[in-house]
Amino acid sequence: MIEIIVLIILGGLCLGGGLGVVASRNVAYATICLLIALLAVAGIYVMLLSEFLALVQVLIYGGAVTIVLLFALMLTRAHELEGRQDNRQRPIAICVSLLIFAAISFATYTNEQASATDRVSAPLKTLGTELFSSWLIPFEITGLILLIVLLGVVIITHKEKI
Amino acid sequence: MSLFYFQIISAALFSLGVYGVLARRNAVLILLAIELMLNAVSINFVAAAAFLDPQNFMGQVAALFVIALAAAEIGLALAIILRLHRYRSSVNIEEINLLKG
Repeated sequence: MIEIIVLIILGGLCLGGGLGVVASRNVAYATICLLIALLAVAGIYVMLLSEFLALVQVLIYGGAVTIVLLFALMLTRAHELEGRQDNRQRPIAICVSLLIFAAISFATYTNEQASATDRVSAPLKTLGTELFSSWLIPFEITGLILLIVLLGVVIITHKEKI
Repeated sequence: MSLFYFQIISAALFSLGVYGVLARRNAVLILLAIELMLNAVSINFVAAAAFLDPQNFMGQVAALFVIALAAAEIGLALAIILRLHRYRSSVNIEEINLLKG
């Protein structure tokens, strides 16, 4: 029973933060709302017994991504757009997102439901072993992608004209 | 508690992200909405793996990859936005139509 209450609180924080991201007129407030939503997602990971994932979420999203986004907002003076952050497609966008939500919810609802009785916590050692044995090549490719992105970012933001 | 609640949260978060991508005109705010969508997908992965196949950690590994690639994506996208702002002095995507035929 208490799990349901915690889940409702976390889901409310998550969706409230998401609503703030897409509805806020101030870009700095939108970023803070994103931070709230991401931390709530970390809480949902804890509820799913994925503590390591929650730790990574807080570290990378809460620590790195939000700060980088705030820096980008500061450097691009995005507040000049303040007052009207939505474009003309807004009614269509509302319809499309509601349709997507209805479709996913219907597909989920008609499926058979899995119960919560057989969840197990993943020990960190097992997760690491799994990651470095059967997922080794994707892991290395991810590292390569991060290196390429680092080089690309340096080249793109270089002062000289191309 | 069942898988249904997590999937509803995930679907709602994904729809909010879709709305943000379609309706915003500031490039940085579109990036924020993309982050919302990526997180929704991660929730779905982890919840499905935790409920349907608890002995297998595929969902957590997939979510880890999503997080790593999202970090890479946001770095690259912000570099492009900074470059764009330097040349066009704007991050309004309605004014960025160089490739329009």
